[in-house]
Amino acid sequence: MNRSNENVLSVCGISKSFGGIRAVDDVSFDVQRGEILGLIGPNGSGKSTLFDCVLGQLFPDSGEVFVNGNIVTRKRPCDLNKLGVGRTFQMLQVFSEMTVLENIILAGQEHRGTLVSRLFGQSDAGLTEQADEIIAFFRLTHLRDHRAGSLSYGQQKLLDTAMAFMAGPRLVMLDEPAGGVNLTMLESLKERLIAFNEERAATFVVIEHNMEFVMSLCTRILVLANGAIIAEGTPEEIRNDPVVIEAYLGE
Amino acid sequence: MRLITIIASLAVLALLVVLPFNLKNYGIYILSLWMVYSIAAMGLNLTLGYAGQVSLAQAAFLGIGAYTTALLMKAGYPFLFGFGLSAGICFCVGLILGYPALRVQHHFLAFVTLGFNALVWLVFRNEEWLTGGTYGLMGFPRPSFFGIDTTNQVAFYFFSLTIFVLLAVILWWIVRSPWGRAFQALRENPIRANSLGVDIRRMTLLAFAIGAAYGGMAGSLFAPLVEFIDPQSFQLNTSLMLLLMVIVGGSGRFLGPVIGALLVVLLPEWLRFTEGMYLIIYASLVMVLLAFCPSGLIGLYERSVAALRARPSGSRGSEKP
Ligand SMILES: Nc1ncnc2c1ncn2[C@@H]1O[C@H](COP(=O)(O)OP(=O)(O)OP(=O)(O)O)[C@@H](O)[C@H]1O
Ligand SMILES: [Mg+2]
Repeated sequence: MNRSNENVLSVCGISKSFGGIRAVDDVSFDVQRGEILGLIGPNGSGKSTLFDCVLGQLFPDSGEVFVNGNIVTRKRPCDLNKLGVGRTFQMLQVFSEMTVLENIILAGQEHRGTLVSRLFGQSDAGLTEQADEIIAFFRLTHLRDHRAGSLSYGQQKLLDTAMAFMAGPRLVMLDEPAGGVNLTMLESLKERLIAFNEERAATFVVIEHNMEFVMSLCTRILVLANGAIIAEGTPEEIRNDPVVIEAYLGE
Repeated sequence: MRLITIIASLAVLALLVVLPFNLKNYGIYILSLWMVYSIAAMGLNLTLGYAGQVSLAQAAFLGIGAYTTALLMKAGYPFLFGFGLSAGICFCVGLILGYPALRVQHHFLAFVTLGFNALVWLVFRNEEWLTGGTYGLMGFPRPSFFGIDTTNQVAFYFFSLTIFVLLAVILWWIVRSPWGRAFQALRENPIRANSLGVDIRRMTLLAFAIGAAYGGMAGSLFAPLVEFIDPQSFQLNTSLMLLLMVIVGGSGRFLGPVIGALLVVLLPEWLRFTEGMYLIIYASLVMVLLAFCPSGLIGLYERSVAALRARPSGSRGSEKP
């Protein structure tokens, strides 16, 4: 298996079972620098579980994960984040009692200084300017000082995604970023992800059910069914692959 | 708004400075007691209100601080040594007590900490050679600084006030620093916080340790204030009372526990004229408050300010045909 430094992420033979269910079944794949990889598959095919195994949220039963060539299997989520891996969860997860600005600052502060310097330093860890930039990037500036809980679902979803970008990650893994986001916002979300990818050389892995969104965003797509990869290719190839069509239609 | 806060704080501080000169000894004693309980409740507020970790063990730390200070002062050590050591010991013990919180939460954690409180109380009661058992400890002098003896009630009051203000400022600094934000994130959504790089294990332990250290420092003041300590003062009852202070005042609000402590300490005095009815009135008030405003007195205040602000625009809206 090629674990050269060009691979931002390498997943090698990850398996995870819940009781009798084999949610992820011996999955291996690589993600190259600058790539936008799509991960699709029917409900319950193990996409979110695979994410959690990769990101330390769950321990895989077997297999290894490498980030930039370094082994990170069983590292804690916070350690992975410090290595430059940002993520979102499928379920919306913002800090609803904090303002938008505080949410974004929180997402970056742990990358600044040490535990001690964070106690004695500035209360925003010197991040307000950078946070405002990210907030503007996701066009949330007018909501900057609003409580996150008071935002609409779609706005919160954008904020959630924005948080994953705050620490300047090299790899971002998004679980259904388009879920619940309206069409206009969806277009601008896509636009922004592509801009981030081009301007800041961020690499993405995106789980998504919205086919149009995935097909137009991603450069390569993996298809998962019953925990295993059944197809891989460009959006064009995936669209016409009979195996994929069957996985989605037949049960 | 900021200016109002500063002016209000200064006004309260001025009041606290002139108040003792208009009160009898007992009144001053009650005010000092308020300061001491406020410190312990502020610590619990950090653990529970900000970081969301349930603890029913704050009285144990109050006790550890009180016994440590009393024993050291009886042995002739200066108060400040006892004070520092109390904070240090409680910080370490709090750190250890934080470990169960890494595995269990909410009511399970409540029971773990409750068990710890019972354990510490048993040590105070049974280890007579050290703690004097049920007879308690007495005969330790009040501290004196720069030639000012705090045997005098007013002097001790100002001494408590100074330490209270100092510890309040430090806590304020902590909660407004990135640490405070990390604590709040830990309370609101530990899983998301973890994925954003917040070391939730470390922050959980720190929340317990700092809260415990505040409990210890409060205990360190408690001992010379009451001049006699026994295990009775550090039972589960006291932990529940400190919890009540935090909840009634407004958990997760900076001044909540201070207001709560004021109420819990003063209300029994104010309601003394009702004699037997006191506990009934008290319990009813607490129930009504918490049923209608779970965010406590500070929450009630915030809500009324918000309602007052909203009224003009609200009435304009209703004028529409
Ligand atoms: N914590 C859990 N305990 C038990 N079973 C689980 C758990 N999490 C997931 N599963 C099971 O693992 C399988 C894969 O679930 P997963 O959430 O990874 O699917 P998914 O591809 O993300 O689906 P969706 O598109 O609906 O989000 C499902 O059969 C699910 O029931
Ligand atoms: Mg999923």
